[in-house]
Formats: sequence, structure tokens, C-alpha cells
Amino acid sequence: MSYTEEMRRSIAKVEATRQRRLDEVYPRVGDEEKRELLENYHPDYNAEAFATLKVGPNAGDRTPRELASLLEGRPRVHPDKVDLSRVDLEADVLVIGGGGAGAPAALLAQENGADVLLVTKLRFGDANTMMAQGGIQAADKPNDSPAIHYLDVMGGGHFKNDPDLVEALVMDAPFVIRWLEEMGCMFDKEPDGTMITGHGGGTSRKRMHSARDYTGAEIMRTLRDEVRSRPIRVLEFHPAIELIKDKQGRVAGAILYSFDRNEIVVARAKAVIITTGGGGRLHYQGFPTTNHYGATADGLVMAYRVGAKLSFIDTMQYHPTGAAYPEQILGQLVTEKVRGLGAQLVNADGEQFVYPLEPRDVEAAAIVRECRRGKGVVTPSGQCGVWLDSPMIEVKRGPGTIEKALPAMVRQFKRFGIDMTKEPILVYPTLHYQNGGISIRPDGSTNVPGLYAAGEVTGGTHGRNRLMGNSLLEITVFGRRAGRAAAEYAAKAEVGELTLDHLREWFDLLGPEAAAEELELAPLLLPDYTRHERTDEVLGLE
Amino acid sequence: MADVEAPSTEMVEITIFGQRYQVPASLTVLKAIEYAGYRLVHGVGCRSGFCGACGTVYRIEGQYRLHYALACQKVVEPGMVLAQIPVYPAQRPDYKLSELSATDGQNPILEVYPEIETCFGCNTCTKSCPQELDVMGYVSALLRGDLAEAADLSFDCIMCGLCVSRCPTELAPPNMAILGRRLYARDLVPRAPHLTQRLKEIEEGVFDEEIAKLKAMSEDELRKLYAEREIEK
Repeated sequence: MSYTEEMRRSIAKVEATRQRRLDEVYPRVGDEEKRELLENYHPDYNAEAFATLKVGPNAGDRTPRELASLLEGRPRVHPDKVDLSRVDLEADVLVIGGGGAGAPAALLAQENGADVLLVTKLRFGDANTMMAQGGIQAADKPNDSPAIHYLDVMGGGHFKNDPDLVEALVMDAPFVIRWLEEMGCMFDKEPDGTMITGHGGGTSRKRMHSARDYTGAEIMRTLRDEVRSRPIRVLEFHPAIELIKDKQGRVAGAILYSFDRNEIVVARAKAVIITTGGGGRLHYQGFPTTNHYGATADGLVMAYRVGAKLSFIDTMQYHPTGAAYPEQILGQLVTEKVRGLGAQLVNADGEQFVYPLEPRDVEAAAIVRECRRGKGVVTPSGQCGVWLDSPMIEVKRGPGTIEKALPAMVRQFKRFGIDMTKEPILVYPTLHYQNGGISIRPDGSTNVPGLYAAGEVTGGTHGRNRLMGNSLLEITVFGRRAGRAAAEYAAKAEVGELTLDHLREWFDLLGPEAAAEELELAPLLLPDYTRHERTDEVLGLE
Repeated sequence: MADVEAPSTEMVEITIFGQRYQVPASLTVLKAIEYAGYRLVHGVGCRSGFCGACGTVYRIEGQYRLHYALACQKVVEPGMVLAQIPVYPAQRPDYKLSELSATDGQNPILEVYPEIETCFGCNTCTKSCPQELDVMGYVSALLRGDLAEAADLSFDCIMCGLCVSRCPTELAPPNMAILGRRLYARDLVPRAPHLTQRLKEIEEGVFDEEIAKLKAMSEDELRKLYAEREIEK
């Protein structure tokens, strides 16, 4: 699985220019060049890949076709067929989603007096959080401040972010780091406890905190262990497929589906927090993805049907450096920390073509441009990519740096016969993150009473583009906020008679196509990668 | 969909849960299982080697030895006979971290997991680790109360549970390790001093005015400020 002859010839050019490039700083893009680059090469600007929503709170808005067909999809249950008088599970606060936003939400709701039920589609901890490698931002060094962090976030998001959410993000950040520290999360530190922090794309200060390159995993397993130490009920392999309201219009629970028992479960709650993450497994525009198997945008679909307003659903984040080779790991994340440590992006001739730490959308567009103008490296399967010159890290920082700072990355490539400490790795943008989602207020509440949301499923914090290290921050900041607010709300809330009238209205809105079962079933729950050639043919499924 | 590669011409025969299938030789075990037609709910997770959902045990036909891998990270081999072990019952007693302390040379691991003393050093755990960690090394470190060493050696553990399935004395190394790491990070590593300082400043409202000013700025003003901002080398 190591590199082909042709790839090796290009690697030789990369090696030949390495010494010279050590002192070469590629200029940052200006405002005008940035716009041109994005408009011509970023997938968000590919008009054909988008559809305009016809029904629901965002009617008239643009979103990727794949997401549109789910948002306007056909519910999995018919309201007339579910008996809501039989309640199987009851809680003050129902958290839907067992990732890095769900766990803090559950912890804070429990601390604030709520009886909490956390339900999740797969296992507790099965989430994009687990694979977030690079780090978490917080302005806690003397040369930094929440205000400087604020400006970086706004700039990264093209100044479209919701200022109140950004304020919450940057002001809570240091508190979240301390909270994690006190729970025993093992950040990279100097012997005196000083955090070892570095740069990420778009940061003006070194505020990226890390736990080797298992930062998300370390945060997730710590949070999960803490939830397991508390009186919090966790139900795995039970995705929510629909929200339930009460007659007063408040969200009051969810219909769950047991994968293993093929059974419907009715859960009633005074407040519901959606923390279901993003939708990379919808493979917008056919892109590979870094996302977890369960990232199918279920939360957006459920929230949309109860009238929750979505924002920024026309912008997705393509991580500039997904693995382009070998094919077995196509699309898997190559953390931005590799560039943070000093690796440059170079083309087939071994020349730089972009400053290595621009915001992600700019980096991704620059790589696409390089491939389109024939300066990329094409793999045997036809995938184009550019080199991420990882060995440069050790030229700059000494031997052993990579193994110490990026053990997961080294292991991943070593399994396929590539030694990234000595050879560059081939990368191409991969679908990584949902910049937008359910609109929230700083306390995680939405425009629908009783409904809260936190994490990747929400929109507004990152505007049109998220910076590295602000998603692990977002999930913890807003998970905590939503958990606290939902518990306070639940303490005073009454639940009226349960109803699925909103689904009846939804079927009416969709029109005869839904009744005729022509629309896609949503939420999707899981992607289907199986190959059933024969069955599909015989049963007319494809 | 984008996650399924076009089948290469070369095919290999493997046995999945007792059934034989022809699958493309280039696929990972996970993709081969899907290629064969299984739509997985268990035994699949991040698909990137981080979550530990797809622990797999296999033999090569004609050989008696067992091998261990993550289905998402291992390419199929001819004659593979495999089964996934998506979950394994592992001991995790109820504990509250707040009631445990690793300061003053205490070793709470022995209180919470007294069975750790039954480890007789067979090293089967290490041999079964798909992350190639020194599992026995970290178990020994936990036993000795060397939490720093245990934290370092176990850091890359993804808690797949394969070592639990193999331990002849029925220990649960991943669960012991996370307790060890949490205690180590909380009790034996100093809190970040600059962080303590920053929390105090935020609570005193040091940044409130500046943030309010930024929030009130027009997009053009912000753009200008952003373009001119100083970037730490």
C-alpha cells in the first residue's frame, strides 16, 4: 500500500524543495482573492448542488439537495398509528444524542436538579467528538483575551456569526477548560501545569489546547465516565425518530425506535435537548467524510417538523486535509494540528500554493484549485490530492516530534505502510462539519418552547465557517448552558396532553406526495453502504 | 455512496460470522462486511480508528492463532475467518471521582478494582490490543500506583474491550486505565496557573467593555480590525 512509482517521483520534488521552503512564508490571501477563491472553488458555491426548501420554517432557503430531501421527507411513523397514552419512559429532561454536547447537557441538567434520560442512536460516545483530534480553543494565556478570540471567531465565520453566541463561546471557554481539568481530562501541559497551546487555522494567538491528537476522544471518554458516575439513565441503540408536543404547543418528549427490538418507545419529558450532531454521512456532492457512521442530520429533521427555525444550512465545512491515499482511509481526518506544527501544503512540483493556516474554507478551495489546474497528484483510483509535507515538522522541531504529538495519525498511516515522519501524505478536502443548524439563544433554547439544542446540530455560533478548536469548545459550552437552562425550565414546566398534531400538519404541508410514499423517509438514521445488487434489481428498490 | 470503493478485480474469500464470501481484496474488514450485505448497527462506529466499536477477532484458515484488529483499519486477507466483538461485559464498579484521591501516595485503583492484584503477567492483553499498546505495562503501573506511567502508556486506549475478552483473570484494563488517567490528571498534575488568573479576570469583568464594543461594531469596522490584527509568531 505504500506509494506508487509515479507518486514517488513527485515526492522527490517535495524533498528537493523542502530545505528552501523552510524559510519561505507563502503570503496570506487578501479579501478580494479570498472571495474569488471561494466563489470559484468552494463546494458551497456549486449552485447545482443546492435546492430551495418549499415547506417549513425555512421555506425559501437554500440547502444541499441531500439535506433538503430529508428536511422535506416523509415521517417514519404516522400520527394515527402511535398510542401516546402509553408512556414507556419519563424524565424531566430528555437528552437526545450521546456525544460531546449531550454528555455536558446531561451532567448540568442533573446537577441542576433534573431527572435526566439520555438516549442515543448507537453507543454512548459514538460521535464526531470522539474523532476530533486537534484541540479546543480557549483564550487563557496572558497575551490572549476573550476579545481577541471573539474577533478570530467572527473573522473565521465571515462576520455573519450571532454575536451573543460568540460572546458566550469565548467568555465560557476558560471555565470549560477548568471544568474539564477538574474532571481529570488530561491536557498537554508543561511540568508546572502551563497548558501547551498552539495555532490553528485562523487563530491569532496560540490558544489551541490539546491532548496529543486524541483531544476529542479524551474529552468524550472523561465526560462519559463522569455521566456513568451519576444517577443519569442512558439508553443506547434507541434513536429518536420524532418529537412529541403537548396540546399547548410545547415540546414534551420523543418517539424512540429500538433498532434491536424493532419497537417504538414513547418518552415523555418536560424539556428536550437535541444534541445529535451533524450530517456528514449524507455525503453532500458525493464527498467522502470524516464523520461518524451516525451523522445523518436526524436532529435537524425532527426539530424542523416541530417548527424550529434553522440557520446557515447552506454552508458546510470541508476539512482541507482528508486522507486522499490510501483508498482504504479515503476522507478520514488528517488533523489541522499537522499544519499547526509546521507542515506545509505543496503541489505535485513541491511548491507551496497557499499559506498553510488560512481558515478551512480558504484552504479547501485552494486545494481544489490546485487539482483543477493540473498541479495535483492523482492516485491509482483517480483521486486527486496535494502533499501535506509532514516530515517538515521534524526538520523544524527535531526528531520524535511527530510520534509524540500525533500518535493516532502515525498509527493510522503506518497500518497502510506509510511513514508520515519520513514521507509526505496525500490530502484532499473531505466533508467535515455542519456550520449551521437549529437556531439557538445563548442558553440553548430555541423558538419552540421546551426545545433546546447544543453542539454541531445548532447554527449561528460559527457563522459561515467554523475554526478548528471551536467545535470541542462549542459542544461543552453550549451543552452545559442547554443542560442548565432545560433543568430550570423543567422545574417549572407542566406537561399537557401529548399530541402528534404537528405531524398531521406536516403531512398536509407535504401534500399527496407523502401519502403516496414518494418522498424519502426521514430521519435517515443510518447510511446504507451495503451492496444488494440482486435484491435491489428483483425487488425494484433502486 | 462515496464510502464504497469500486470493486477491484482481485477478490479474496473470507468467512464472516461463519459464512463464506468473495470480497474485493482492497477493502477493509468493515467495508467487506458491508460489501457482503450486512447493514451494521453494532460493530461499527467512527470508521476512523478512534471509537473502539469494531473490535474484531480473526484467524487465517489453516492456522490456529487468533489475531485482533479494528474492522475499520484492517484490510482483508485471504482465508480470514472473523467475528466482531462489539461489546464485552467489563467490570466497572460505581465510584465517584470526588470521593477518591491519589494525593499523598494513595492508590485508589486498589480500592475500586481490588481484583487487579490477580494479574499474573501473562501479557495476553498486550497481544490482543489493536492499538499495540503495552496493556500489561499499564496494568502493572496501576497496580504499583504509578499513575503517571499508567496514564502515559494507556493514553491511546480506545476502549474496544478486546483485552477484556482475553484476560484469563477477567480484568477490565480500559476501565481501570480511565480511572487512573482521571486521577492522575486531576490530582498529580498542577492546574494551569494562567487559567486560574484568567478566570479571576473574567469574573471581575475585565473584558466586558471590550467585548461589548466589538459586539456593537458594524461588519466593516470588524473587517478592518480583523485584517489589521496582530498574529502571534
